[in-house]
Amino acid sequence: MLQIGKYQFQSRLFLGTGKFSSLEVQKQAVEASGTEVLTFAVRRMNLENPDQPNFLENLDLNRYTLLPNTAGATTVEEAVRIARLARASNLCDMIKVEVIADTKTLLPDPIATIEATKILVEEGFTVLPYTSDDPVIARELVEAGAHAIMPGGAPIGSGLGLLNPRYLEIIIEESPVPVIIDAGIGSPQDVVQAMELGADGVLLNTAVSGAKDPVKMAEAMKWAVIAGRLGFEAGRIPKKRYASASSPLEGMVK
Amino acid sequence: MIIQLNGKEYQVPPEVKTIEQLVKQLQIKQRVFVIEHNRMILQKEDYPHTSLSHGDVVEIVHFVGGG
Repeated sequence: MLQIGKYQFQSRLFLGTGKFSSLEVQKQAVEASGTEVLTFAVRRMNLENPDQPNFLENLDLNRYTLLPNTAGATTVEEAVRIARLARASNLCDMIKVEVIADTKTLLPDPIATIEATKILVEEGFTVLPYTSDDPVIARELVEAGAHAIMPGGAPIGSGLGLLNPRYLEIIIEESPVPVIIDAGIGSPQDVVQAMELGADGVLLNTAVSGAKDPVKMAEAMKWAVIAGRLGFEAGRIPKKRYASASSPLEGMVK
Repeated sequence: MIIQLNGKEYQVPPEVKTIEQLVKQLQIKQRVFVIEHNRMILQKEDYPHTSLSHGDVVEIVHFVGGG
């Protein structure tokens, strides 16, 4: 059971809803992933074409918790404005705070992220800030009142996996709130690695939506989260330099 | 009357005087969206009594796919 603020989830996989080839593929992928949390972006409605199908409007909102993001924001003000707009839908009060500092790496602006987190916590949001793998910034976000922290494994959409597992491990060790590894996940092995480090969950999007078969990959990610978590809870063996036989040495037929 | 609607100039038909009427005019009543009027976020119950004036800035946003 994963608890974030007042929310409880069985699934530890959060799924992004961007860049799917069709709404049908997306629907099947969401189903196959077993996720309970879906992220969305807030954008201007296309008023010239108001009949365009919209994924969220076809979702059973009793089954999914919405996690809107502030993607596109580059300042505290923009992030706070997007968060307030999202909450005014009366569909959710969770917000993924994302304030981007650099267009090439899409790395977050740590100072603006901390500031926006403070404001939104104060306003009663359930706040999940997207942050870098810096343990000091993670600590600041916890102090700012974040309900979970979401360090990136690698730049958004890069599929590079966990670039700095040692720092992620420190963040996980030190954080009193859940840690969701967000961004950079490329394949199920990255998910298993994140979960074995002790992450409370992962948030991914492109790894599924950009896979050759997104529905199959969504299912793979579901099992990867489960396998990684069970492995973490079970406790792995220490690594040794030399072999130790699994079969008894006694009683060999000579 | 001309307003800024989602970043573009929009000629408001003469019979449209409130946000409620604008929503009807745009045929989006059944959709999931949020409206910001001159930087103030509106709740649905505000629509009928929020009047439109020349030069108003209106944003109508919704949820799209994103990570």
